Amino acid sequence: MVAIINYKAGNIRSVQNALNRLGVASSLTDDPEEISKASKVIFPGVGEASTAMANLRSKRLDKIIPELTQPVLGICLGMQLMCEETEEGDTKGLGIFSTKVKRFPQKVRVPHMGWNDFTLLDSELFRDIATLDDMYFVHSYYAETCDDTIATCEYGGSFSAALQRNNFYGVQFHPEKSAGKGGRLLANFLEL
Amino acid sequence: MLKRRIIPCLDIQNGRTVKGVNFMDIRDAGDPVELAKRYVDEGADELVFLDITATVEKRRTLIKLVEKIAAHIDIPFTVGGGINSIEDAGNIILAGADKVSINSAAVRNPELITDLAKAFGSQCVVVAIDTKWTGDMWTVFTHGGRNETDLETVSWAKSIERLGGGEILLTSMNNDGTKSGFALDITAKVSEAINIPVIASGGAGSKSDFRSLFLNTNATAGLAASIFHFGEVPIPELKGYLKESNIPIR
Repeated sequence: MVAIINYKAGNIRSVQNALNRLGVASSLTDDPEEISKASKVIFPGVGEASTAMANLRSKRLDKIIPELTQPVLGICLGMQLMCEETEEGDTKGLGIFSTKVKRFPQKVRVPHMGWNDFTLLDSELFRDIATLDDMYFVHSYYAETCDDTIATCEYGGSFSAALQRNNFYGVQFHPEKSAGKGGRLLANFLEL
Repeated sequence: MLKRRIIPCLDIQNGRTVKGVNFMDIRDAGDPVELAKRYVDEGADELVFLDITATVEKRRTLIKLVEKIAAHIDIPFTVGGGINSIEDAGNIILAGADKVSINSAAVRNPELITDLAKAFGSQCVVVAIDTKWTGDMWTVFTHGGRNETDLETVSWAKSIERLGGGEILLTSMNNDGTKSGFALDITAKVSEAINIPVIASGGAGSKSDFRSLFLNTNATAGLAASIFHFGEVPIPELKGYLKESNIPIR
């Protein structure tokens, strides 16, 4: 079973809908035991970072998530919360990825909203996905590039479009809203 | 590079698409999900569903429809029409819409923009502006263009940004339905005055209208309805044409 972490951070059902379209059963859950036992864990989220982090803490999920050993995929805010810290609400993150999350500079339109291509490194997450493919992004904060960066995107500078450390993966874009290539990425994750 | 977006708009009444469509291989042209799927296959970047029913009992039909769209469509979509409160918006977002579009309610109660942004995030909150040139300024209209306000369009757009709106859907009533092109003047002014994305709407009649929009304004998206429904401007052809013009397009 695939667990989708449910912590009151926006419309996370869209991730479950995407898995349904791939024919994969999943459960929306905030139960630490169910999350720990799942074959794969997806950590989605849209919304504000400090509120989302407080919700995670209230369920002790901030302790559970970094200890997971199965493949974990953070999406958008989920990915950002897996970093060391974020400027949004001066929030301390889970510290899985060795990078910080910052607000986009004023010189670009914010939120970064729409389809953007990205430059990717070799990763099993990107099988059948190429550098010129576009994914759907919507965010006002970005993760700086670091040793864990496996894909970069250009918008007001270069930022991490995807991160990986051991069994932990994160994508800034929304694969569940990125048509065929987004579905491919989710399928790649599920096949890990 | 961030791509400019092409957005078809579907008018919904009692859970069905209204206005005719002439796509050949759609089993049921009145089914919004069928039409939406067709647009996704053609490469639409987002979809907007505008509910023109807006009576209370019919809203339940809309919620069911939003759930069905969310289950079948794998690109972002916005739902607008008759959203008056945080409860209306919340029901639509929880049913699976990525964004809600508010219009008259935002003019009547600008705090609603802030409340929605706090509850669901700015990225969820599209504020639609219907604007018309009234001789000495571009004036904001509400209630489907029936009511004139005393708001000037650029200053209202700035207020929307300050209040926490995530995106503006700007429709020129002078241009809407004319197929004579987008209102480049006001679209340029609004998109230069604010730092949130602007979707231009009203007046698209040809591929070159989108080219002019993207070359002459900072609008990040162009929206149209009938020219897509009737196949006058097929989306793949439009996108190919814009790419040839070196406009960043998915």
